[in-house]
Amino acid sequence: MGAVDLSIWAKVNADKPLLSVQGLSKNYGSRIGCADVSFDLFPGEVLGIVGESGSGKSTLLSCLAGHLAPDTGRVIFETAQGPRDTVTMVEAERRKMARTDWAFVHQNPRDGLRMGVSAGGNVGERLMAVGARHYGDIRATAVDWLGRVEIAADRIDDRPRAFSGGMQQRLQIARNLVTAPRLVFMDEPTGGLDVSVQARLLDLLRGLVREMGLSAIIVTHDLAVVRLLADRLMVMKGGHVVEQGLTDQVLDDPQHSYTQLLVSSVLQV
Amino acid sequence: MIEIRDLAKSFTLHNQGAAVIPVMAEANLHVRPGECVGLIGASGAGKSTLMRMVWGNYLAASGSIVVGGLDVAQAQPRQIIALRRHVLGYVSQFLRVVPRVPTLDVVAEPLLNLGVPGDEARARAAELLARLNIPQRLWGLSPTTFSGGEQQRVNIARGFAHPYPALLLDEPTASLDAVNREVVLALIEEAKARGAAILGIFHDEAARDRVCDRVVDVREFTPKVAA
Repeated sequence: MGAVDLSIWAKVNADKPLLSVQGLSKNYGSRIGCADVSFDLFPGEVLGIVGESGSGKSTLLSCLAGHLAPDTGRVIFETAQGPRDTVTMVEAERRKMARTDWAFVHQNPRDGLRMGVSAGGNVGERLMAVGARHYGDIRATAVDWLGRVEIAADRIDDRPRAFSGGMQQRLQIARNLVTAPRLVFMDEPTGGLDVSVQARLLDLLRGLVREMGLSAIIVTHDLAVVRLLADRLMVMKGGHVVEQGLTDQVLDDPQHSYTQLLVSSVLQV
Repeated sequence: MIEIRDLAKSFTLHNQGAAVIPVMAEANLHVRPGECVGLIGASGAGKSTLMRMVWGNYLAASGSIVVGGLDVAQAQPRQIIALRRHVLGYVSQFLRVVPRVPTLDVVAEPLLNLGVPGDEARARAAELLARLNIPQRLWGLSPTTFSGGEQQRVNIARGFAHPYPALLLDEPTASLDAVNREVVLALIEEAKARGAAILGIFHDEAARDRVCDRVVDVREFTPKVAA
């Protein structure tokens, strides 16, 4: 006992990135959206992106998820058929990827849900988009997923309009994860929620990331959220990545002047 | 198991006139499997700084910190994540958890992260919580509302759930009563017996004398003022 199984290093080093971002830039006219962003994301990793409003973090997320075309740079995703640059992919292919391998959780659940369709329908629709046709199976899977995000089975026929904000956000997560994506983009997933509801959502997300081996990119301005959720952290300012590293290293021993300011500005409770 | 060579550390405070504060230089230290080494030195001498550099949340300025075959001073984030998952445990003085997560799951989490089945992980967690005298009626509650001593014991249970080959212990017996202090010292002795390398800070001198094979005074690592 006591010896370290050195094969873990071989395994870690053999991992290939799920997403490899190289030199990504996006300008709005003469104004910088994000500039020259590069990073690798590995399977099972959660990357947090923090920065104040206007730092370019949402622009970056939109470019990564294919909602916005970057001016330059590559976003290479490891598909089942090998690495592909999603920037140069045709639109139809990218859309297919967005409903199979990828998921996007919006800050506002109304942007990610169909508000006029029942909770079960919201989950089932995503399944049908990837080819599920058997009504009984779809409904059973929907019930299972509503349970996993702690929505009672008797609410399956209710519309999201009748749900609280926290429930809507959990439903959006169920809708996104039901097709077992490999990469989830999240834009301020706990923003706009009460702190008690936030905690429940954080626990849920952590469990799902662990059980499904998901990789995730989470944009937030909440340093407490990234500390609990993200393995790695990227700090943005004025469209540039000013610092990146292990989450607790960036927060506990920040190297860049802006990160030092950001970390020291948080109110302690 | 833990091998520290020529380690140096300084802090640069950009928002305070870019002041550079050297805090450590030429630190050398090793901990063998089955050995417990205690760090001593006055408050502010750099004991916690050294522990954090081994854990990887403080960056080294130069030198190396090899733990279980990985140089933490040079490692990629994902290598450090794997190190913390498989090799290196850390019992800090503070419990940092997602609010509202039951104590049993907080303790079982390091095992769940390693892919241990839920039942087995929770059984191990229950065993440790019982041994550390956390009443069973509290296991389903979040530890955030617990007393300082209870939180400390939850933290210890979490740190000992997986038999890590290397352990960092920051004041593991602080704020514990005699009975629980004894349980923690026994856990440390058992970890040593199975071959764990332990680096710790113990202000409790009797505890230090009992579990530590050697002590290292971190004042030896204080940078010399340039002449």
